[in-house]
Amino acid sequence: MIEVRNLRKSFGPKTAVNGVSFKVEMGEVLGFLGPNGAGKSTTMRMITGFIPPSEGEVFVGGFNMLEDPLPAKSLIGYLPENAPSYTDMTVLGFLGFAAELRGLRGEEKKRALERVIEMCFLESVLHQSIETLSKGFRHRTCFAQSIIHDPPVLVLDEPTDGLDPNQKHEVRTLIRKMGQTKAIVFSTHILEEVEAACSRAIIIDRGQIVANGTPGELKQRSEHAGAVTVRVREGSSDAVVHELRQLAGVAKCVVLEESPLTVRAFAKKNGQQGDLARAIGDLASRERWRIEELHTEEGRLDEVFRNITRPETKPEELA
Amino acid sequence: MTEATMDSSAAAATPAVRAGKRGSNAWRHILTIAKREVAGYFASPVAYVFIVIFLLLTGFFPFIVSGFFDRGQANLQAFFAWHPWLYLFLVPAVGMRMWSEERRLGTIELLLTMPITPWQAIVGKFLASWLILALALALTFPIVITVNYLGSPDNGVILASYAGSLLLSGAYLSVSAMTSAMTRNQVVSFIVSVVICLFLILAGWPPITNLLTQWASSWFVETIAAFSVMTHFDSIQKGVIDSRDVLFFLSVIGFCLFTTSVIIRAHRAG
Repeated sequence: MIEVRNLRKSFGPKTAVNGVSFKVEMGEVLGFLGPNGAGKSTTMRMITGFIPPSEGEVFVGGFNMLEDPLPAKSLIGYLPENAPSYTDMTVLGFLGFAAELRGLRGEEKKRALERVIEMCFLESVLHQSIETLSKGFRHRTCFAQSIIHDPPVLVLDEPTDGLDPNQKHEVRTLIRKMGQTKAIVFSTHILEEVEAACSRAIIIDRGQIVANGTPGELKQRSEHAGAVTVRVREGSSDAVVHELRQLAGVAKCVVLEESPLTVRAFAKKNGQQGDLARAIGDLASRERWRIEELHTEEGRLDEVFRNITRPETKPEELA
Repeated sequence: MTEATMDSSAAAATPAVRAGKRGSNAWRHILTIAKREVAGYFASPVAYVFIVIFLLLTGFFPFIVSGFFDRGQANLQAFFAWHPWLYLFLVPAVGMRMWSEERRLGTIELLLTMPITPWQAIVGKFLASWLILALALALTFPIVITVNYLGSPDNGVILASYAGSLLLSGAYLSVSAMTSAMTRNQVVSFIVSVVICLFLILAGWPPITNLLTQWASSWFVETIAAFSVMTHFDSIQKGVIDSRDVLFFLSVIGFCLFTTSVIIRAHRAG
């Protein structure tokens, strides 16, 4: 539904987005990750047709955003950064305005309003002017605006920014639910969000895509992916570490705690998931260690994120 | 996914059908935007303050300063002569928020990612503000009743003057639309707009043109004066609606709104 080809955007001498390409199909939720100023918002603004790219093309539902903007825009629902709205209007007035610009009239408009008001829990503030509302309500009002025409494509720029934990949870649930029938792109810098709601994630740094995969695949890039943590009762750390180092699949060993003795063995990259845990289990029964805990780490998204967006890392080195 | 299929079938329709559908949609969009804008003016004190101040000043200047009653003439010349000067400050005050407010709130991003063209937004917003100005102007009707009660004025001239005043306010408003698209700061927008409007007045204001004739050739002075709203406003006030004068005001409006669209596009392009 969304196809972005070699998108580039410069503001004067500064290049904000530099050669970004990706596709989002129906039923996919794409998480857009990156440090502040990485070019997330700029990319989203180009997808939604707010700013023209300096180079490259955007297709939404097969329509070229530059050449045929109106049909392309009519397929998109957009929640801009900071969820702007006309603060002098009431919630109902604002949503009605959005509905009319989306071409909804009469009965159709009424039904659309009822649907989003219920979905976004806005019933209690319908007739209040937006400037009197709390940030959470303002945010939901703007979110309601983006789904008023039940668009096949949703572009959400930091949809959970400024919400409390309960509201964050609601929005994530909503995104995951809608993601089954729509193509959704949303940006965030909250990593749990990616695991909670995305089917795929892209990490962007200084205008370029540095990683693209499912949250699981990204986590595999973590040093911790496949590492095994063992807790042994009454063991001596030197002996345990020594034995663990003898194992073929172990890259290195770190003592996390002395008492009770907890050791983490990092897997070599070529090993199969679970190999290392099995090998350590066998070793433990041979050595008669009294194991209290043995588990394989999944890998951590935040570590992957930090590693590939660290200032000194060049994108080329990661490929 | 009914929506997607609907849209692609609409896209498959013949270009002529699509163009026709868009034409009628264009006015609907302009109307929707204008409606919201008018509601916005009345939701804030801007519209009320403008109308009250305008009515007070259009009462004050002709009657107190120009001595409307002492003139002993049944016409509204003293009334309309003040309009270019009143509008000079009042119209930019109405127009300064038109685009700068959208940029300050960030709603411009919502508006321009809707399935509408920037032109529809520009025209819709302009017409809404113009309507507020027209409303204020229409509310000066008691003065027309007064002169008709006191004497027998030429109502044709009065009607022409009203039309001229409306066109004049539209021209100023388009200048304000342009300056408000330049900045998110309303004060800057106001000041720049006042300066441009002042130039449009002074270029054809007799004290200035008289001064210019002392050192410039007359064709030069006339060319400059032809760009002034005063020249055209005065000639309409004489009761003759010359198509050239109307065309002048409409081209100022057209030019400024076109410039507004260029500025908005330039901002988006970065």
